[in-house]
Amino acid sequence: METINEIKRDILSSLLSQGKRADGRGMFDYRQIAVHSAPLQNAEGSALATIGKTQVMAGIKFDVAAPFPDRPTEGVLSTSADLLPLASHLFETGPPGDDSIELARVVDRGIRSANVVDLNSFFIEDEKVLALYLDIYVLDHDGNLIDASTLAAMAALLSARMPKIEEGKIVRGEFTGKLPVKDKVVSCTFGKLGSRLFLDPSLDEEKGMDCRLTLSTTDSHLCAGQKGGWGAISERDLMEMVDISLQKGKELRRLL
Amino acid sequence: MSQAESNKPKLLVDGKRIDGRATDELRPIRIVARVLNDADGSAYVEWGKNKVLAGVYGPSECIPRHDQSLYRSVVRCRYNMAPFSGAEEHGRSGPSRRSRELSKVIKEAFENVIISENFPRTQIEIFVEVLQSDGGTRCAAITAASVALADAGIPMKDLITAVAVGKIDGQMAIDLGKEEDNFGESDMPLAFSLRTGELLLFQMDGLLTREELQKGIAMAKAAAQKVHKLQVEAIRKVYEEPREERFLPVKGALEK
Repeated sequence: METINEIKRDILSSLLSQGKRADGRGMFDYRQIAVHSAPLQNAEGSALATIGKTQVMAGIKFDVAAPFPDRPTEGVLSTSADLLPLASHLFETGPPGDDSIELARVVDRGIRSANVVDLNSFFIEDEKVLALYLDIYVLDHDGNLIDASTLAAMAALLSARMPKIEEGKIVRGEFTGKLPVKDKVVSCTFGKLGSRLFLDPSLDEEKGMDCRLTLSTTDSHLCAGQKGGWGAISERDLMEMVDISLQKGKELRRLL
Repeated sequence: MSQAESNKPKLLVDGKRIDGRATDELRPIRIVARVLNDADGSAYVEWGKNKVLAGVYGPSECIPRHDQSLYRSVVRCRYNMAPFSGAEEHGRSGPSRRSRELSKVIKEAFENVIISENFPRTQIEIFVEVLQSDGGTRCAAITAASVALADAGIPMKDLITAVAVGKIDGQMAIDLGKEEDNFGESDMPLAFSLRTGELLLFQMDGLLTREELQKGIAMAKAAAQKVHKLQVEAIRKVYEEPREERFLPVKGALEK
């Protein structure tokens, strides 16, 4: 495997030095993106997002839970990600590994920082709040899981309906309206190899690159960031990626 | 079966069931093969409101090596329910006792038909994800896994076709829905090799007489013939209408 990755890195490196990518894309082009809203009915919100051959589903369930002791009037938002073994020969069964935990936390950070969901509106009564479980389900892995997961998560939140509450309990299948969503968060993930930057790394590119950088944005602000991999990022590179993220973010938001 | 009688709905009125079906009538079923890119074979099945995705990998090197067989391929199976798949509360992640048992009996059914002696020292992995559940997920799972194995080109003696049968309000009826499963008197999931007519999966709960059991098997087998046709059609379609893109058919199939 390692030898193959070395070969992939050589190919990627020589292509990038000519300003090219294996699939003919420009350096800052996404692969084809599609977002499908509410494919599921048992979940209170759901979406499927595809970027190229990557497919990610997000599902939302509400439960009644106890609030955190330090925030007794706030609801709970819990994000998790499953890298399903059917999605890639690289994924194994078992408890969540580092990659799925990182994926869930990066998606969560963007949504939480931008206050996409107003957790104060989840208060029911003393010691009882709504908990929103956002599950990211990776179905097919061909690179850039973070952006596909953020799109799926955001689209699922936009499709979600607020459950009806009676006597402190959820009445399943009955709703009081849409989940209020304050802002639309999207993420842009870049790869870096040598001195070259490129947007939306495919799986082959991920295997060969030095590092990645993710920037999540709202219409006006940056709201989350994450660097992954051993490579280093200069301040100039960072600012270039910031500018592209803010601009590409507008295009991505139009898909939601 | 032991649900409180008081809130038990009437399951049969004038020979019609809750959803208007006759006792020998299947829910609407849709099967699409080859929906994932990385998996060697895949299939998506909608069975009533059940939505199930199966992916198959192999034959590939058997890891860990002490699990290898010198004589045949090792068949593995993971049946898993998405935490957002149910209509009730958010599911726990990780395998439950129920999903481990189902994974085992599904694996054993496929061990019968896969010609595993062709591939010593290898493994064949079957992964099934229940994206939405509404009673009868294991039958949908087996039906999907069977198509995914065929799509992967794994030699089998036969496709496996599964249909459940049960007893509601004193009558035998096929393909029980969730309400019927909860409030009915008996449920019996069955999987057939229709070429030989033999049973490859047999489970039952509740009370049945000898005659009811025999009648139920005949009813399930007749229905399985219809499901089998859909399985064959789905596999044929992959070759008759070859398509470049492999995506979960959200637009046509996943939407309400």
